[in-house]
Amino acid sequence: MSIIIAIIVIGIIALLFGALLGYASIRFKVEGDPLAQQIDDLLPQTQCGQCGYPGCKPYAEAVANGEAINKCAPGGEETIKKMAELLGVEVQPLDENHAADNTPKVAFIIEEDCIGCTKCIQACPVDAIIGTTKQMHTVIIDECTGCDLCVAPCPVDCIEMRPIETTKQSWQWDLNSIPVTQVD
Amino acid sequence: MESIINRIDKNQFWKFHGGIHPPEQKFITENKPIRTLPLPKELILPLQQHIGQAGDLLVSVGDTVLKGQPLTSSAHPMAVPIHAPTSGKITAIKDSTIAHPSALKEPCLFIEPDGNDTWVKRNICNDYTKQSDSDLLQKISDAGISGMGGAGFPTYVKANTSAKIEFLIINAAECEPYITADDLLMKEHSPTIVDGINILHQIIKPENVLIGIEDNKPAAIKALQNATKNLDHIRVCIIPTKYPSGGEKQLIQILTGKEIPSGAIPSSQGIVMQNTATCFAIADAVINDIPLIRRVTTVTGLGLNKPQNVWALLGTPVNFLLEQCELHPHDKQRIIMGGPMMGFTLPSGNVPVVKITNCVLAPSAKEISDESTEVECIRCGQCADVCPAQLLPQELQWSAKAKDHQQLETLNLFDCIECGACAYVCPSHIPLVHYYRIGKAEIREHKQQEIKADKAKIRFEARKLRLERDKKAREEKQRKAAEARKAKMNSGTVEANNEMSAVAAALARVKAKKAQTSDTTSQDSTTEAAAKPKNPQIAAAIARAKAKKLANQVTDNSDITAEVDKTVEAKVENETPTENTADDKKSKVAAAIAKAKAKKLAKEQADEKTDVQNEITEETAVNDVSEADSKKAKIAATIAKAKAKKLAKEQVDEKTDDQNEIKEETTVNDVSEADSKKAKIAATIAKAKAKKLAKEQVDEKTDDQNEIIEETSVNDVSEADSKKAKIAATIAKAKAKKLAKEQEAEKSDNSQPDVEDTKAAEKKKRIAEAVAKAKAKKQQRLELN
Repeated sequence: MSIIIAIIVIGIIALLFGALLGYASIRFKVEGDPLAQQIDDLLPQTQCGQCGYPGCKPYAEAVANGEAINKCAPGGEETIKKMAELLGVEVQPLDENHAADNTPKVAFIIEEDCIGCTKCIQACPVDAIIGTTKQMHTVIIDECTGCDLCVAPCPVDCIEMRPIETTKQSWQWDLNSIPVTQVD
Repeated sequence: MESIINRIDKNQFWKFHGGIHPPEQKFITENKPIRTLPLPKELILPLQQHIGQAGDLLVSVGDTVLKGQPLTSSAHPMAVPIHAPTSGKITAIKDSTIAHPSALKEPCLFIEPDGNDTWVKRNICNDYTKQSDSDLLQKISDAGISGMGGAGFPTYVKANTSAKIEFLIINAAECEPYITADDLLMKEHSPTIVDGINILHQIIKPENVLIGIEDNKPAAIKALQNATKNLDHIRVCIIPTKYPSGGEKQLIQILTGKEIPSGAIPSSQGIVMQNTATCFAIADAVINDIPLIRRVTTVTGLGLNKPQNVWALLGTPVNFLLEQCELHPHDKQRIIMGGPMMGFTLPSGNVPVVKITNCVLAPSAKEISDESTEVECIRCGQCADVCPAQLLPQELQWSAKAKDHQQLETLNLFDCIECGACAYVCPSHIPLVHYYRIGKAEIREHKQQEIKADKAKIRFEARKLRLERDKKAREEKQRKAAEARKAKMNSGTVEANNEMSAVAAALARVKAKKAQTSDTTSQDSTTEAAAKPKNPQIAAAIARAKAKKLANQVTDNSDITAEVDKTVEAKVENETPTENTADDKKSKVAAAIAKAKAKKLAKEQADEKTDVQNEITEETAVNDVSEADSKKAKIAATIAKAKAKKLAKEQVDEKTDDQNEIKEETTVNDVSEADSKKAKIAATIAKAKAKKLAKEQVDEKTDDQNEIIEETSVNDVSEADSKKAKIAATIAKAKAKKLAKEQEAEKSDNSQPDVEDTKAAEKKKRIAEAVAKAKAKKQQRLELN
């Protein structure tokens, strides 16, 4: 008798929790893949496609599904480190196929050569190029991610990638150039 | 609250954590008056001398400016103007090295003083107490005053606080070794400083004004006490000397016992702090209408013969100051701007004095050790003992070296005031502050990147959405339009019926057209084909001619061709019997070849070249009716035709003039063997040739074509003997004409710039270049693929 009571009680409890879990899974359903979202937050968002995916988010989704973490050239080692930490995998060196010059650059349109074909405007993933048909185009430097995607479509090769100029704000202290100031 | 004032009145102050007592070295300059310097030869004014934004230029190169004239202006709240420190001429506006450890170049104004020191019109204000707060603030802002203690924060922004202020603290501590600029200013100009304090008091309306001054400046203390004798709300607080008691947060803690939380500003605790030099500048600006154009700078160090405090005009090159104070440089002479603790080594002596330059230090070789090798941290913990911000310098150092930004932030790196106390006490000579500076810069940059990444992400997503939306909208539009059309047609009205029938008619037309074009093409080929097999012999000849052409190519069109011609002709003669008895098969094959040829021709001359075809067919017809013994001639003619074709092809490249010549000769040779009939045929060939030539010169006028044809026809009726020569002549003429045309075209290209604007020519050139580039690129891509 006591065994039956125990079975019934346990059964009722199991049903209760089952219902609770079932309710929770519907009520608190998370839209999208939280892991992909987290990875996406780590990526530099240049949308350059150097990883082989059309943008940072697709790559983040791919990484969440087991793609190698070392394909983001603009992010470099730091991003790999962060992703490794997040995913609990080992840090890998940047994939050679995706290794690229990591210095921050922005696109620059040589305006006198621009023929106004709008091809670069269509290529820009972040709408950082303004201009219209048969009018000169120009790059909004502050919005440019330096992804390189506008360079190839230009029929007259008037786009070049230029390194971002150092300003007082972005300048980095160089330890070697400044000796310690000490008073005797 | 009352207790704070009570404690201050009893001269009981609080203490901040840590701090050091470096050698003060103030004796070098503290007993000498502030010296007024002669005008330097050139003043260099960086457009931005404070934290915030640079203003927009109001002057241009070549302008003459008067002393005190504003040079920039801006509506930006964080921007203050700069003024001409003396009258003179603006010689240049260009990038120049600024007083910053990076030695970066920023836009600077160069002024050549005229020596007259002529002032702009000033409005001297006798009673500032009657002025409104906003007027006073405007004056302070217009005078370009920014914090002169070190950070250079625009003063009017700080003064324009809406919070209720308990304490206005005047920072007169001047705790850094060597510097005596504020000390001297207080000694000599205490009343003016107090005026400035009163103006601030009027604007900010604090409950109390405290002047914090270290006890190592007795003369300045006396002067201040004298100046504030009758002012009860101002208290001169004499605090013990300790570095860095002049730090904002440290001084607040000493005087009020309050600690400013990490990341907060003092006004959140009801406190505003201003520097004494700033107070002096405010008084000067409000009362005398003198904008911030000069400041007291301590030029000191044992490397100078005459170290002294000087009134330095803003923009005075540091070299000039050192020259005036008689620098005797040693091998590794360093010039430090700011004090020995917080200053930085100047990249060159040609940087100007700016609003925040309180000290220029030229130490002797022994005074400040140039290099001390960093060794491992021994974890002695002295740095943590002296840190006024109560941080853990050694922990910070590990994290900074490991670039562990997260840990650095957890350790509150941004609370570090970079006072240098930790590096001062470090027995391992670790340049701790530099590690922190690097760490701070990296974190700041990182944050910037993150902000940028977020922005890029938003823009990318927005773009994707937009593209999708556009696509959908387009599809929707097309669908709707199609539906509307359908509905309209099916509506059954007369109009709809008309439209429907119109559409049907159009469709029918299109179909008909299609059928027609295919018909004509097939007809063309059939007529060609029909004409050719009529005479299998001719067809065979054509085939042979082709073979000959090949042979010609092999022998490279040299003189031998004539011989080859002969031999081929002989061969043809030999073969004639066989030809006559030839079966249908052979002729069929030949016909097929001819057909293919005709087709090819038709294709090549797709648009308007049917004329040539006609010509050829005509020729063939002529050949058809000719006699049997004229076979030779016919063969020659066909050979010539083939040659003409080849010629035409080669002429496309326009390089083969010589070859053409050779060919002509060959033709001539051919012709010379034949009788008058032959000559006629040759003439027609020439005609065809000429026509082809004309065709190639598509853009040329039809007049020339006509001329050529006319000439050829004239040649037709002329005598047989002279024909040869004439044909040659016409060909030559046509060629010459073509050449002339080309040259003309070139000339016109060249001469255009004379007539038209050179700009247009340039543009054309650029376009041509662009096109060439595009072509090259395309080819490259093709190759790649």
